[in-house]
Amino acid sequence: MKRALAFAFPALLASLLVYGAAAAADDALYGDLGQKDGIVRIVDAATANFLSDPRIKATFDNTNMDRFKGFLVDQLCVVAGGPCVYKGRTMHETHKGLHLTNRDFNALVEDLQKGMDTAGVSFRVQNRLLARLAPMQHDVVTR
Amino acid sequence: MQICDCRILSLFLFCAFSPVAAAAADDTPAGNTSLLGSASDMFDEGKLLATGGVSTVEGSGGGGISTWALISGYGTRDGVGLNAHFTYLDLPDYAFWSPGVALDLFDRVELSYAYQTFDTQHVGALLGLGEGFAFHQNVWGAKIKVAGDAVYDQDCWLPQIAIGAQYKQNDRGALIHAIGGSSADGTDFYVAATKLFLAESLLLDATLRETKANQFGILGFGGDRNDSYSTEFEGSAAYLFSRKFAVGAEFRTKPDNLGIAREDNAWDVFAAYFLNKNLSLTLAYADLGNIVIKDNQRGLYLSLQGGI
Repeated sequence: MKRALAFAFPALLASLLVYGAAAAADDALYGDLGQKDGIVRIVDAATANFLSDPRIKATFDNTNMDRFKGFLVDQLCVVAGGPCVYKGRTMHETHKGLHLTNRDFNALVEDLQKGMDTAGVSFRVQNRLLARLAPMQHDVVTR
Repeated sequence: MQICDCRILSLFLFCAFSPVAAAAADDTPAGNTSLLGSASDMFDEGKLLATGGVSTVEGSGGGGISTWALISGYGTRDGVGLNAHFTYLDLPDYAFWSPGVALDLFDRVELSYAYQTFDTQHVGALLGLGEGFAFHQNVWGAKIKVAGDAVYDQDCWLPQIAIGAQYKQNDRGALIHAIGGSSADGTDFYVAATKLFLAESLLLDATLRETKANQFGILGFGGDRNDSYSTEFEGSAAYLFSRKFAVGAEFRTKPDNLGIAREDNAWDVFAAYFLNKNLSLTLAYADLGNIVIKDNQRGLYLSLQGGI
């Protein structure tokens, strides 16, 4: 037991340190995404992917896509620490009637990842953005 | 630091049974999906690539030698998955191989089976057992996720936590008793905590295991030196280079129950490539230390996993 704990404690400590670093890191992300122009490129590419993805495209049937893209740009900009204001409704409000599943949420993540690939965003920077978006699963997935 | 949104209270009481409840609720009102249709929809392959980990030597989802809290496979909480793997480890004086399968249910429960073969090659002849004498072991595993989500809970310190058991049954009871082992079968119990630090592209795991197993159970359970459970540690770190490629290291302590031979800790460094959700390949260099009369048992580890 002692031996196991001798290994377990440093591991726990290391993970807490990493978590602390994660929480402290801020706002180079907006710059690393290429600021507003970069985010617009990401959203254009990702949205095209959403609309051609058989798993989720029907979700956007009644959506004004220009409006949607505008909101998504603002939202990603805010999440990345950029100087934008998101004027849309909350994630909970916008998704509550859609009965989305984790499969839908992950499909959207995959499409966003491909969109970021298209926009030339590096994998590490992609993950920094996704880390801030991931907790939205709690509000988006309602069934 | 943001407020933790882990919903700890919901962990076991609600989450553990919600897929069952949701499935039941789905079936009642509309009821227009055929049983066959809904069965194939169940294999939803809805989890993100690599988030089920790979298959360990014991058949559970994890790394190579350490079991993680991740549920193997790609079924989401609304689906199921099934995968099979084959693992081969080439050591200087021995060879190990194991085919296995794992079923994942609602990203909550993992049921696994592996059939391990440990070939003593020429050591078998040296020990008078015969050239190529082999131990075989069945490993039945069950794991349940009890708290947290390694992927979504990025705003929260809580890792994904799972508890599990592995029942191992070795076919060389007489020999195991002859070398001082107490039993040819045994059950390991573990609690695993896995956290994806997505912003760092880093995955960490720490697992505590209650076990009597000698060399993973290949040499039986308990022994003349120690016949009680000991608490052992498994730790892993993996860095994600891309969505498809991760490189990492693992470490695992093991009991030292037998008087006839020292047993060392094990470690490995690995690279895992996820071609897609249906196929992954893991290559590792593993060090199991001393095994009976041979020191420095280090070698190449290769594991192929396929699934739906």
